[in-house]
Amino acid sequence: MLTKTNIQENLSCDLVHESPLWSGSVLLEMQDPKTGVKSQPQRLVITTIPHAITGEDILSWLADRFQIDTQEARNFGSMLVALGYIYPLQDHKRLVIKPDASLYRFQTPYFWPTQQWPVEDTDYAIYLAKRNIRKKGILELHEQEQYNRLHKWMNHKWDFIVMQAKEQYRAAKERKKPDRVVFDCQERAYWVVHRPPPNPHPNLNLIPNSNTNPQTKMIFTQQSIMRPRVKSSVSIGALVKYCATYNGHDPFLSKCLPSNPWITDDITYWNLNMPNVEIPTKMRVERWTFSFGELLSDPRGRDDFRLFLKKEFSGENLAFWEGCEDLKWGTAATMREKAEQIYKSFLARGAPRWINIDGKTMEITVNGLKHPHRYVLDAAQTHIYMLMKKDSFGRYLKSPVFKDTLKKAVCPEDDAQLEQNAKNRRPSLSPIVLRQQEKEHRAKMAANAPVDITQVMSKLSKTGKEVSPCRRPPPPAKT
Amino acid sequence: MCKHYLYSILCISTSLCFKPFRCRSLPAQRKYMRSPPIPEMATQEVQLSETLAHLKTESDTLKGKLEEERAKLHDVELHQVAEKVEGLGQFVMKTRRTLKGHGNKVLCMDWCKDKRRIVSSSQDGKVIVWDAFTTNKEHAVTMPCTWVMACAYAPSGCAVACGGLDNKCSVYPLSLDKNENLAAKKKSVAMHTNYLSACSFTNSDMQVRLSRMGEDTCSSFVTALHHFFDLTELFKVFRHVLHDFMSLQGCDKKANVWDMRSGQCIQSFETHESDINSVRYYPSGDAFASGSDDATCRLYDLRADREVAIYSKESIIFGVSSVDFSLSGRLLFGGYNDYTINVWDVLKGTRVSILFGHENRVSTLRVSPDGTAFCTGSWDHTLRTWA
Repeated sequence: MLTKTNIQENLSCDLVHESPLWSGSVLLEMQDPKTGVKSQPQRLVITTIPHAITGEDILSWLADRFQIDTQEARNFGSMLVALGYIYPLQDHKRLVIKPDASLYRFQTPYFWPTQQWPVEDTDYAIYLAKRNIRKKGILELHEQEQYNRLHKWMNHKWDFIVMQAKEQYRAAKERKKPDRVVFDCQERAYWVVHRPPPNPHPNLNLIPNSNTNPQTKMIFTQQSIMRPRVKSSVSIGALVKYCATYNGHDPFLSKCLPSNPWITDDITYWNLNMPNVEIPTKMRVERWTFSFGELLSDPRGRDDFRLFLKKEFSGENLAFWEGCEDLKWGTAATMREKAEQIYKSFLARGAPRWINIDGKTMEITVNGLKHPHRYVLDAAQTHIYMLMKKDSFGRYLKSPVFKDTLKKAVCPEDDAQLEQNAKNRRPSLSPIVLRQQEKEHRAKMAANAPVDITQVMSKLSKTGKEVSPCRRPPPPAKT
Repeated sequence: MCKHYLYSILCISTSLCFKPFRCRSLPAQRKYMRSPPIPEMATQEVQLSETLAHLKTESDTLKGKLEEERAKLHDVELHQVAEKVEGLGQFVMKTRRTLKGHGNKVLCMDWCKDKRRIVSSSQDGKVIVWDAFTTNKEHAVTMPCTWVMACAYAPSGCAVACGGLDNKCSVYPLSLDKNENLAAKKKSVAMHTNYLSACSFTNSDMQVRLSRMGEDTCSSFVTALHHFFDLTELFKVFRHVLHDFMSLQGCDKKANVWDMRSGQCIQSFETHESDINSVRYYPSGDAFASGSDDATCRLYDLRADREVAIYSKESIIFGVSSVDFSLSGRLLFGGYNDYTINVWDVLKGTRVSILFGHENRVSTLRVSPDGTAFCTGSWDHTLRTWA
């Protein structure tokens, strides 16, 4: 429960990046002269800067303090550096922690991200101007670009910026050399965190994120403008309609019949709705009528539809569609074979289960098959899907197959009494076992598969025998 | 006083004169010189600043145009249409199961298609497969690293994928043999650089979608569980969620919709005020919801190409870590960092219920495949199923 004390705790957590560790106490611990990270002086040309720490010391201290392994310590250390609590003295542009003798120093709390003052362009402009005053030509390329940009956009207050820069420079000169060096390092580190240089390590094996380039961003915006859009009333209307349609099927909004297993501990609801149950429930059958997608995505519904198509001798459409799905979601190793198999069975001229798609789609598909990839059959699959949706689906809903299924469907009664039968929880069959059973069942079915009529016809015609379409061999009885 | 503290303080005192320069008033008599542009930059300056300026104004104009186009077809608000819809009654939602067994923060969970089993992963490096109905643990895997940030159940129910700070995604085939060492049969995909932040299976056990922390790109790897590990194509796909070829991504304050086939970003929405933590499709696939650190959840309509609802309340100030829809899409469940779960009426925009129970922030929330319950995982080391 939320109490006053833990609200406070949580608030400070949220303000300082998720975990209480970031509250700065860790960093103070690390700086403790006795129990903190070992520090050593850094030798520069003339001066010596004290209190530099090595990467490996930081990591071993973190690992010890938090009892974590080196990898996690490294991750933690990298976060400290990336956020600017610790900064590297050598290679100051790469904000990573190196597990060796590379030197780091603690950033002054003034520059900690938790201080949360907004990082302003004006400050950055002053910083760059100051560095320019100190030594001309010292700015790096990206800094020069930024400088020019800021000079252009802040021209109106540029004299103010220069004045500030000069003052800061003058004040800095009055400090002792070691302090000045330290402060310069700290300030530089701060700006590396907040105005990082462009990424020097492009991702070699990935498609780069094209959204950051301003020109591609503009192209994207232009394309977005050209996108076809729908009127709000239409699309919102569709959302509302969807809710209304499925309202009766939502267990949170309507009663689950006979009862919600989680509430009454009775799993009848799940047993009645198993994926390949013989007799579906009325609610389930009703759901098939909502859309073609619903029918296909329910294995029981798909089976029913397959039965209907078989009776109409147009099973090849569904078989093709299933083959395409298999190609899309299967392993890459078998992809080429699968694509060829599908072509031979469904698309090639004179194929045993030839599907009817228009010339243009066929052309695109055949061309694509020269270099098969996962989505090569996309166009053809969509075509067949729409064909089934507009034609077969409607006829299925009016067919005797469907009407029969609907008649046989069960409608369980609301069993409020079950609330009293609580704590009757029994485990169910593991999906692993179910999959094994399914495999065996499928193997059995394949062994007794009904004869493919077109194959029979073609075989018979090859042997020169004419078969009258009226005297077809009857399909074998299903076991 | 310790010497090194002195340095820090010294630097603070000297720096103090830099920080509030905005507050300082300029003495009127002071004469100051305008700084001349540095000679070697003069030639570059003209070209660079022209191109930059030109690009900026063009970009801004285009953005303005996009908003104009979007607004042209906006003829009605969601709550106006929802006025005609019946209100929802009172809800009695309670914790129905509490799953205890993790030794540290629960970071991620996923449902099995059998509607009762779940897989969960936590900061203690353990990935546990539960039968949430009986609350029995069925399998447990100890990952070689802590902070297992992502886990997913395979569609067949016979494998799980997980990964995190080990920079890998590992797929473990599940076995009924209690003595079998699951780790021995695992297949791994290396992420090379950053750690795994999310993973999910596509429509088969053969493919896993992964996303890396801090990167927009992600890879889809196919592992053949029965044969050799097979690394294949790279898709541009991300944290959440699969719906055929389109995938959603929450990246900082933007919510993007990507087409996995072409690797292109199709649509982008930037209305949140803070980082987005979770995105989820509306059941019909024509809209999606997002939850963000700015303590709001928002609904975006993909066909109308705009944000259509904001779910927020003045009393809610903590960020949302995870969102999901109920089966009909009428309810939106949000897990919040203030340990609660808020239930929203998607159409009317009002909050219908607030649920208490967890003793630390809710890190993950998923509705079960048949919509009979939803499960939440929390930093209090437990998972709860609510119905």
